[in-house]
Amino acid sequence: MSEPLLKVASLSKRFGGVVAVDNVSFELEKGGALGIIGPNGSGKTTLVNLITGYVKPDSGKVFFKGRDITGLMPYQVANLGIARTFQLVRPLYSLPAFKNLIIPLCSPRVKKLRGGRYGDRDAVALDLLEDVGFERDSPVPYKLASSLPHGYLKRLELARCLALRPELIIIDELFSGMSMSEIASTISIIEKIREEGVTLIMIEHRLRELFKVVDRVIVLNFGRKIAEGTPQEIVENEEVKKAYLGAEVI
Amino acid sequence: MAVKYRKERIDRGIKARCDDIFALTSHREMLYLLLPRALPVALLLIFPLLQGVVGLYWERVVTFSCVIGLLALSWDLMAAVGLISLGQAFFFGVGAYIAGALNYYFGLPPIVTIPTATLAGALICTLLLLPTLRLRGIYFALFTLVLPLFFMRIIEATKILGGTVGLSSLSPLPNVWVELYVPIIALLVFLFAYRRLLFATDYGTILMGIRDNDRAVMAGGINIYWYKAQIVFIASLPATFAGAFLTHYYQFVGMPAFALDYSILPLACAVVGGIGTLAGPVLGAFILVPIFEALRAFGTLRVAMYSLALAIFVVTLPEGVFHYLRRKYHQFERLVPIGVEEGG
Repeated sequence: MSEPLLKVASLSKRFGGVVAVDNVSFELEKGGALGIIGPNGSGKTTLVNLITGYVKPDSGKVFFKGRDITGLMPYQVANLGIARTFQLVRPLYSLPAFKNLIIPLCSPRVKKLRGGRYGDRDAVALDLLEDVGFERDSPVPYKLASSLPHGYLKRLELARCLALRPELIIIDELFSGMSMSEIASTISIIEKIREEGVTLIMIEHRLRELFKVVDRVIVLNFGRKIAEGTPQEIVENEEVKKAYLGAEVI
Repeated sequence: MAVKYRKERIDRGIKARCDDIFALTSHREMLYLLLPRALPVALLLIFPLLQGVVGLYWERVVTFSCVIGLLALSWDLMAAVGLISLGQAFFFGVGAYIAGALNYYFGLPPIVTIPTATLAGALICTLLLLPTLRLRGIYFALFTLVLPLFFMRIIEATKILGGTVGLSSLSPLPNVWVELYVPIIALLVFLFAYRRLLFATDYGTILMGIRDNDRAVMAGGINIYWYKAQIVFIASLPATFAGAFLTHYYQFVGMPAFALDYSILPLACAVVGGIGTLAGPVLGAFILVPIFEALRAFGTLRVAMYSLALAIFVVTLPEGVFHYLRRKYHQFERLVPIGVEEGG
């Protein structure tokens, strides 16, 4: 029996009197794609922060490829191959867009790869930006991140993840604030990432788009996992409808 | 009848895409870029040759400008990773006291004490600041502000290292050439090395990323605390060097080495000159130190006049002199008539 790539075992976190994440467990196979949904404030982003080391859990464990990664620093988690985007974009505003990618390209993880220590990092960065839809022969990749529109910044987040050559990417509400056409092109980028064998966790409010990409979904409400299953099962789940979707069926 | 004009600004058109990539097509354009870099360097290197002509006063002013310039450079590099320091006097004092003690107790000559104090001082400062590197913004600033005061009181209370009297009659520097050239060359070497490190390497890109958003840099798999520790060490070097140099220059080290002046003056230089450019703070030092010296004639009003000059600089050029000059240098500005106003 193969080991799951990521195993989250009864993770809990309280902020003062609020239980943000309450005894959440799930497993994710290599190559899988998991969606996490739930109403606002249900603990989705906190769950991501717990997995990636930005917040320390009160109890519970996180295993990545069988190794206990609970309590590691965020950069250690990143170097193991777990990349994440931030819901509120965090570009490096004073740097040109392509220079934003120099940072993951200089990480120990990438330097250990073949040819990662030497070579032209700027060229690699420009290639990565092209992959996420920055026009190569335009001034866009050279513009300061502070002058880029929101949709580009969202995709810059994705490129920063890809630069790490991760095994698992956690995407936190990438589509919020994107136009429909941007979403469509981003979905095809994400599908391409999946084809390359990268495992995916997606947090998303846009369920129609999410269900196109993922093959399994867990639902959080008030920090607790209330359902898990295929997108079809989730849509039909009565408790989910009550907590999140309302009576209306999408 | 008066003609109305409006200002038109035209870029010189030699920038290609990024701010620091230039497309040069002639020797004139190359000279255009080279001149603002080469001219100050040449002036500084020629200055000691004029020692008989300019007089002792100006020699002292230039030397002290270099010392404050080194401190300002140290401040600006730390600020480049988001570590805002209010305690450059700490680095300065540690360097000064190590050099002084080595010379006073062990009789080592300046050629040994100055490099030793520079390196050992930087190492000690880095180790002492290690636990605070997780602090950001005002918290780190406050800690660095307290450090020199803390050491000053320790020396006062325990009477170690000469106590309130200090260590005097230390070895002088061998000759006036050393006195003039060493700080100038050190300043130029540190300035150009730092500018290269910060603006022309991937390492520098990481540093600027840490200043922008340290959590995003962590998401990129970079151990920001390790990088911050490296920068504290690298940025301490000019400050501890300045302290060690001035100890032998004055042939004395005492509690004034930890004085607040050495913390505030570099900060003022950086603000006046332009934060984040490395060259700006050095330029600031060469503006503020001579002003400070020239105001000696005002006696007790000196500090008040100085504060006034500082306030005028900050209010009229909040971006810093260097940013302003660079912007103007890269643009043509000309007046274009926009029509004639009757009877005006």
